[in-house]
Amino acid sequence: MADHSNTTDRLSPAVRVEALESLLTERGLVKSEVLDGFISRFVNDVGPMNGAKVVAKAWTDPDYRAQLLADGTGAIKELGFAGPQGEHIVVVENSDDVHNVVVCTLCSCYPWPVLGLPPEWYKDPAYRSRMVREPRTLLSEMGLDLDDAVEVRVWDSSAENRYLVLPQRPAGTDDLSEDELAALVTRDAMVGVAKVGAS
Amino acid sequence: MSLTLDIEGPAAPPRLNGELVFDEPWEGRSFAMVAALVEGGHFSWDEFRDHLIAAIARWESDPSGEYQYYERWQEALESIVAEREIVAGPEVDELAAAYAARPPGHDHGENDHHHHDHDHG
Repeated sequence: MADHSNTTDRLSPAVRVEALESLLTERGLVKSEVLDGFISRFVNDVGPMNGAKVVAKAWTDPDYRAQLLADGTGAIKELGFAGPQGEHIVVVENSDDVHNVVVCTLCSCYPWPVLGLPPEWYKDPAYRSRMVREPRTLLSEMGLDLDDAVEVRVWDSSAENRYLVLPQRPAGTDDLSEDELAALVTRDAMVGVAKVGAS
Repeated sequence: MSLTLDIEGPAAPPRLNGELVFDEPWEGRSFAMVAALVEGGHFSWDEFRDHLIAAIARWESDPSGEYQYYERWQEALESIVAEREIVAGPEVDELAAAYAARPPGHDHGENDHHHHDHDHG
């Protein structure tokens, strides 16, 4: 007979998703192959490699860097990266004196066209609340120890703005090409919870 | 609510970019349904975001179990389609309960909905 504890468990959430997809499909509002396309796009084609190309170009092309800092969305679109959650991207630049880090306290907003969908830790309630209250401590727990002299700026994403951190170019990379530089840039560095290493 | 950020366990902050985008297939389906409905003009991303913020706030005001972002995402999706009178909440409840009552080993394939005695009218 029915195992109610098991039934309750199965009701959420996979079975709810399946039920809703079935109802929307019957109404002609979604198609399975269209959903497959969105999933494939965000799993395979959209991710932090896009943002890494933006950063590497900014490191090697001063005019592009200036344009990126003045109009993030436009400069990013110029490289072919646009789409949902990419309409209002603001790029904030790290320096010897300032370290920027991004959070979304309300709902885990994230600049999808350049970083893909957010990782688990970015969506975690602890990250969302603690990065605002005690950024230095949390950054240190995540492996980034900042000198006390460095000012930490925390950017809370909103409906108006999605933030992308322009990390500092590591020393000793003068001979690297733009592609080689892009390979060094991590997602975590563009959120601001890590620095870019030289290898 | 625990405010310890899990830095060793399954939610550990990855140092590289290599983790799965969706941990479970249903997360991707729920995500893609919102993308498809936005593209179809049924609501905007900002309107969905308001429902997502509300769903997350509801959980945080009374946390139960482990926080799961895409469960809140699905809750927000159900709430916005109900508000827009696209699919009413009880319809999802009823069909989900019917699916949950399937015998073990039942094929969960997407085109296998016809022998549930749910009124699809």
